[in-house]
Amino acid sequence: MTAASSTKRDYSLVGESTRRAIETGLASAEWYHTDVPRKTMKELMQRSDGPAIRDTMIWIVAILGSAAGIVRFWGTWWVVPFLFVYGVLYGSSSDSRWHECGHGTAFRTRWMNDVVYHIASFMLMRNPVQWRWSHARHHTDTIIVGRDAEIAVMRPPDLLKAALAFTGILDFRNSLPTLVRQSFGTLSEDEKSYIPEMEQQKAVVAARWHMVVYAATIAVAIALRSWIPLVLIGLPRLYGTWHMVLTGLLQHIGLADNVTDHRLNTRTVYMNPISRFIYWNMNYHVEHHMFPMVPYHALPKLHELIKHDLPVANPSMWHAYREVWPVLLKQLKYEDFYLKRELPPTAKPYRGEFHDLDVTAAAAE
Amino acid sequence: MADWVEACAVDDVDEEDVIRFDHGGRSFAIYRSPDDAFFATDGFCTHEKAHLADGLVMDDIIECPKHNGRFNYKTGQAKGAPVCVNLKTYPVKVEAGKVMIDIG
Repeated sequence: MTAASSTKRDYSLVGESTRRAIETGLASAEWYHTDVPRKTMKELMQRSDGPAIRDTMIWIVAILGSAAGIVRFWGTWWVVPFLFVYGVLYGSSSDSRWHECGHGTAFRTRWMNDVVYHIASFMLMRNPVQWRWSHARHHTDTIIVGRDAEIAVMRPPDLLKAALAFTGILDFRNSLPTLVRQSFGTLSEDEKSYIPEMEQQKAVVAARWHMVVYAATIAVAIALRSWIPLVLIGLPRLYGTWHMVLTGLLQHIGLADNVTDHRLNTRTVYMNPISRFIYWNMNYHVEHHMFPMVPYHALPKLHELIKHDLPVANPSMWHAYREVWPVLLKQLKYEDFYLKRELPPTAKPYRGEFHDLDVTAAAAE
Repeated sequence: MADWVEACAVDDVDEEDVIRFDHGGRSFAIYRSPDDAFFATDGFCTHEKAHLADGLVMDDIIECPKHNGRFNYKTGQAKGAPVCVNLKTYPVKVEAGKVMIDIG
């Protein structure tokens, strides 16, 4: 664990940290990559429709089946397990579908990626245009303060906010008004900083389509005098989001910021098969950030290939959260504090150009 | 005015693959399509500075390794976000087992 000299972070994308990141070369920098022969990488990058079609069929059948259960058992306690399953499929697994299809790696066929991407974006209350660009920025400038639009837990950490994230309340409270604002044609300065001008109107149109579907859902609910349409569309973003947060928070939390080596700011965690299905193997997150061209179904193979060069993966989510908790507590007092994970002897050492101070501090501990 | 330079040998590029070729301070990408034809484009993605030669060739598409932006490498056409600007293409010919590109 390590700490460097204290500097206040400005997480806006058009502020002081942004200026500093650009000036120091942290923005759009060259990142460390583990050496993988071209022939091997080419094999790993190969696209196939098969695995994603299989997984998407299972996903759709499970969503429709659990939705039918909700309708059938509404008003009884038997509805609870169906709400549990439907909520997670709608409010959590949509995140990994959004993610993989946004990268265009889930399916080989482009239109299949696009269809699932738009459906999943709707489920998540995410503007599909805005989030495509924010995620591109996240990959260019992963956890670079002032540049990355997708930093989940900022420093010093707001633990109440992090806990509430599991309920989906804060995200819901942010996502819905954002879509409403965008549907009226207003993009924030942060959004404009990463969505190119030629794409901004597309973001407005996408937000309007989302609002049309929500308005129609509310109209149906009123006409039927029933909560069921809202329980099926929109509200799962509240009651089913916990698994997305449980798995997604671990991607970068407690690790370094403002570095150019994904081994320092990203975490790989071994997970159970059900979570891996929901999460589409994004638990192999260092591997994904280093090589975003590799489809989700090839990530375990990539992990085996390069793990000699990475910090040892956390053996479970429980282990990872136990590792993170004391770091968060310490960051409440010293926001520069972070967990610097040890590399195995077979790995290439961390580079020092953007974090010499941190490396020195770690050596002293 | 044409300025033909030798980029590589035919066998240097696998079928449905791409290699990098640097010349005169510029970087190019040389492609071999599944039907055994050769093509050349600028070496860097128009979105951000990433070498397309590290990307994936699928049919007539090159996918950038950084953000998965896609171009038709035969025409240079950008195929959608996050790439919006077309890729510059260069004439190619094969002579005596060598791939030549016109960088003029």
